[in-house]
Amino acid sequence: MTVNPTHITAPDGTPFIEVVREFDAPRDLVFRASTDPDLVVRWLGPRSLSMRVIEFDARAGGSYRYVHTGADGEEYPFRGVFHTVSEALIIQTFEFEDVPGVVSLETRTLDDLGGRTRLRQNAVFPSVAARDQALESGMRHGITESMDRLGELLGARSGQR
Amino acid sequence: MTRTSGDPDRLDRAFAALADPVRRAIIARLSTGPVTVNELAEPFPITLQAVSQHVAVLEQAGLVTRTRQAQRRPVHLDPAALESVTAWIDTYRLQAERSYRRLDAVLETLKEES
Repeated sequence: MTVNPTHITAPDGTPFIEVVREFDAPRDLVFRASTDPDLVVRWLGPRSLSMRVIEFDARAGGSYRYVHTGADGEEYPFRGVFHTVSEALIIQTFEFEDVPGVVSLETRTLDDLGGRTRLRQNAVFPSVAARDQALESGMRHGITESMDRLGELLGARSGQR
Repeated sequence: MTRTSGDPDRLDRAFAALADPVRRAIIARLSTGPVTVNELAEPFPITLQAVSQHVAVLEQAGLVTRTRQAQRRPVHLDPAALESVTAWIDTYRLQAERSYRRLDAVLETLKEES
C-alpha cells in the first residue's frame, strides 16, 4: 500500500504553516475521524496511545482539551475552541498550554475528490516568532519519534500493517 | 519545507557526503567507535586510497574528525554534527506524517465497517 505524501509549507518570515494531505477515503469518513473523540484519540498527535481527551465538543462554539503524555511521563496539554464545524470546513483555535496566550487559528478544508479526500490545513500564528517556536518544539519532540522510526526501520517488521 | 536551520553550506556538504552508499556504510561502522582507515577499508572491495578519499569527503562535511594517536590516525564520528543533519530533517513533518498514517488506518477500519 502506498502512503500519500504530506506537504508542509512554512515560508520564512511568515506566521503560517500549511499542510496538504490526501486520504484514500470518502470525505464523510475523514470528517468523522476528525471530530469523533473516540476516533481522534487513535491518530492525532505524536503518541496516540498516550493521548487523553478531556473534552472534545466538535461543533461551533464547542471546546476541546487533550493531553499528550510522553514516555517519560511529561504531559503536553492542548486546548482550543471550534469556531466552524462542517464537513467541508473546520475552523478552530489551538493553544499549547505550556505557552499560554500564544493561540493559533487553524482553518481546515476537506475537498471531496469522489471517494478520496484532500485535507488542507492552514495555521496562522500570532507572530513569526511564535510560528518558528512551534516548528522548533515540534522538531525537538520529534527527535525521539525519529529515533523510534529509525529503530522500526532497522529492526524486523514489528506488527506493522 | 522552505525553512532551514543551521549553516546551509555545511548541510549541503553533509547531505552530499551522505548521498554515497560507501560513505553511509563508513558512518555506520564509525557509530560503534573510532577506527583507522585500514580497518575501515577491510569490508569494502575498494582500494585504501578510495576509502581515504571517502573519509576526506566526510571530514570536509564536518561529519568525522581524525586524531593522531602515535602512528594511528583513527577516524571519529562527530555525533553532534550528524545530529544537526538529522535534526534538520524536518521532524515536524515526520510527526504530521505519522499521525496521518494512523488516520489512514482509522479510515480503513471505518470503510470496512460501513
